[in-house]
Amino acid sequence: MTAGLHVVGQSVERSDGVGFVTGRAAYTADLTFPGMLHLRMVRSPLHHARVRGVDLSGAERVKGFVRALTHEDVPHNVYTILGLIGVEPEEEFVLAVDRVRYMGEPVVAILAETEAAAIEAAAAVRLDLEELPAVFDMEQALAPGAPVVTHWGSNTFIYEGDTKRKVRLGDVEAGFRDADHVIEHVYRTSPIEHAPIEATGCIAVPEPNGRFTVYTNTQAIYFSLDNTSIILQLQPNRLRFIGGMVGGGFGGKVDVIVEPLATLGAMKTGRPVRYVYTRTEEMQVSSTRSAEIITIRDGIMADGSIVARKVTALVDCGAYSRQTPYAITKLAANAAGPYRIPNVWIDAYCVYTNRTPTSAMRGFGVTWVTFAHEVQMDRIAELVGLDPWTVRFRNAHRNGDLKPHRKIVADATLIETMQAAAELVGTELPADLRAMTSAPRTAAEGGR
Amino acid sequence: MAKLRGTGMAAVNYPTGMNLGGDPSQALVHATTSGSFNVVLAATDLGQGLKTVVAQIAAETLGVGYDQIVVQTADTDTGPHDMGTFASRGTHRVGNAVKAAAAEARDSVLQLASEELEAAVTDLELDGAGNVRVVGSPDKTLAIADLASRAQFQYGRTIAGRGVWMKPKSTVDPDTGAMDPDSTQAYACTVADVEVDTETGMVSVLRIRSAYEVGRQMNPALVHGQIVGGAWMAVSHALYETTEPYYPLRDHRPHDFAEYLMPGPADAPEIESVVLEVPSSNGPYGAKGVGEMTANSPIPAIVNAIHDAIGVRIDTLPVTPEAILRALDAKAAAAAAEGTA
Amino acid sequence: MGSSVVAFELGEREVEVLVAPLTTLQAVLRTQLGQTSVKDGCRQGGCGSCTVLVDGEPVLSCLLPVEDIAGRRVTTLESLTPVDGLHPVQRAFLERNGFQCGYCTPGMEMLAAAFLKRHPEPSRDEIVDILSGNVCRCTGYEPIVDAIAAAAEAGR
Repeated sequence: MTAGLHVVGQSVERSDGVGFVTGRAAYTADLTFPGMLHLRMVRSPLHHARVRGVDLSGAERVKGFVRALTHEDVPHNVYTILGLIGVEPEEEFVLAVDRVRYMGEPVVAILAETEAAAIEAAAAVRLDLEELPAVFDMEQALAPGAPVVTHWGSNTFIYEGDTKRKVRLGDVEAGFRDADHVIEHVYRTSPIEHAPIEATGCIAVPEPNGRFTVYTNTQAIYFSLDNTSIILQLQPNRLRFIGGMVGGGFGGKVDVIVEPLATLGAMKTGRPVRYVYTRTEEMQVSSTRSAEIITIRDGIMADGSIVARKVTALVDCGAYSRQTPYAITKLAANAAGPYRIPNVWIDAYCVYTNRTPTSAMRGFGVTWVTFAHEVQMDRIAELVGLDPWTVRFRNAHRNGDLKPHRKIVADATLIETMQAAAELVGTELPADLRAMTSAPRTAAEGGR
Repeated sequence: MAKLRGTGMAAVNYPTGMNLGGDPSQALVHATTSGSFNVVLAATDLGQGLKTVVAQIAAETLGVGYDQIVVQTADTDTGPHDMGTFASRGTHRVGNAVKAAAAEARDSVLQLASEELEAAVTDLELDGAGNVRVVGSPDKTLAIADLASRAQFQYGRTIAGRGVWMKPKSTVDPDTGAMDPDSTQAYACTVADVEVDTETGMVSVLRIRSAYEVGRQMNPALVHGQIVGGAWMAVSHALYETTEPYYPLRDHRPHDFAEYLMPGPADAPEIESVVLEVPSSNGPYGAKGVGEMTANSPIPAIVNAIHDAIGVRIDTLPVTPEAILRALDAKAAAAAAEGTA
Repeated sequence: MGSSVVAFELGEREVEVLVAPLTTLQAVLRTQLGQTSVKDGCRQGGCGSCTVLVDGEPVLSCLLPVEDIAGRRVTTLESLTPVDGLHPVQRAFLERNGFQCGYCTPGMEMLAAAFLKRHPEPSRDEIVDILSGNVCRCTGYEPIVDAIAAAAEAGR
């Protein structure tokens, strides 16, 4: 009906830009409400411990102390992040009950009239902890005799009765036997923080009509509302979540950590409650990207084509798995790379250790495996005496190919994208690579 | 001791949407009586410009100017359900929902116009500037602003629309891993140029040049923002960032920005890019997601460039100066051992 | 020690605040004087999002006890923003997309405004240099440098 596009495709000015350049845009921590209380969390100083008791007497004596929240105050004391999208089991507690599993795990929430009083009162809480052996190394965590992190007895997440997420296409062992070369390399990465300049936070405000309004910098407002409603056993429509001003997300503001407790505090006191992470909490306690150990074993022909690829990925989810089981499924879908490989075997494990729980971050499940498979591609090139471009073109998938997870490739443009990059940097590709396209392979080209 | 340069490349793709689907987004669009339109969402803009992009999609679909759209987000009392902003799903899912809602509102406009102009709906077109006209008869034209006012006050009709977009949730075969994880995939190819100081182990990323294929750019300037910001974050991931410098040991964890190292503005590389558009089969106006992918391909490109510069492959991230120096020492020791063998 | 009154100039007006000892300028500006453009990114002097001007010089307000600025002039982004329209630095940031999430933007703009007043014709390297204490997580800095260079150009 409309000829051509008149707005889509234009670099129009940001509709919200003026608010940002004038500093008028109001972020969560910029808001204030009369009678607002400040929440500070008392956290485990140990990596792994039994909680024998909590002594609040010192906190209660601090001028400005209002009340403490412990696990007994939380109606449904379990985080249900993945439960909402059908992944079980529930394993993380909103406030620790009898065990802490990472340094920084929340135990008691202190509510006070001022920030200074909250800090002082939180510091005066005494936790009676019995230290337990901790495990930080994934390979140790998987070995017999390792300290067990989870409350249900395993150091790996269980996928439909198995300890790993699997992808199986063809016969990799036959592929390795047929290959001209077999290489195996291990790639290792580190945990990484989102480090948004704005820390995670929210303010929960009781409304005159008995509802609660929660101002939050979450990336997922209904996710946060639904989780909060389950944890507090409140009908969802008694909650109103308002957000939309986020000072950097990168996946770090999806975990719904602050809203349930702030709202509980508002319920218990009848006053607004502010729970905003300090920078140290944001650095040490908020979820990180997982560290991973990725082993890629490839069977390669002399012409550089990959006939078999076996990927083993250990993903360190930390003390609680949060969204990592979901990410591992995504990892399994992407670990072999944008390449046409007839035999693929992927085992991806979600491994528990006594460290800060990990969760979503930009490229969740994919960033580290793309690092691994692209360094591996260069190794393949070196091995068979090809340049890095040629080995990628030779293996590039095209529309109509079968992916390792058996989805048919569509909307593929790897070949065209590489051609454009080569042109941009002035690399002259040979004629056969310049002529390639992502069009489905003909029968002669080995098409399906 | 020298400063050695190298070049490396990497090619990647990145999926659009929450893995396995089941992540719907809804949108509501309604006209005001002055002919501007409100788009009501629960979706969250993280600063990447989602509000701007959906306003563009709404304006495009409705045939009005960008300045005629107001986007209201992130209030659960007014915005219908949205899964959240992550997994590069925003432009694709929210964009599709907005497009559908705007299309329904547009259809009410066209229906009313067809009655007033006494022409079939199929004989009408939008001029993109807020007017409806009969194809081939430029004088038979009505302003959407006037139609909206008359709809409310003369005819008692709504000019509004609802939209939802969902990739149905699917499951994974537990034995084969067969699954349908995503709606579409975007692609990137990056070439990185680095300089490695063999005395200090410092790596400077001089240039990152990339091609991106993103379906359709809703707003090229905002796509460029993701390209530049993503490339910087990739440099940071490849060479600097870690919460556990001696992982899996938990010692020396950072407390603040002084201890959590990231490249500063003087460390940022020159960034050049070209963007291809091959419309996806299911994104709004062919869009694919781009926000996460831009931080991925430079990482292995940098690691491959380091190998090109100094002949060592480093398989552990981040590639710190210590890692470079240890790798160079190991390489020298291996060469010496071979020499004596 | 009890609270005391500190008087200083905020933009064009004179203000007085009652503060406990060692209250930071950041806290006073944000919680008592409504200057929420002064951001709260770390309270450790590590991110620069709290940057304001004291007698025209950029300072990290999260590290400054407010008693230290008694009698001096403080400028925040609110003071710099005209009632109508935009300050040239703001216009440049808007037109060049020198922001994404906007959280570091006030600090960046305060730095830029102070810097350009003293160095109206900076080189790109000089601009990059002044930003070294301000962290941006979204843009990769290039658009911020472009915006400041554009503001300098527009001022010529």
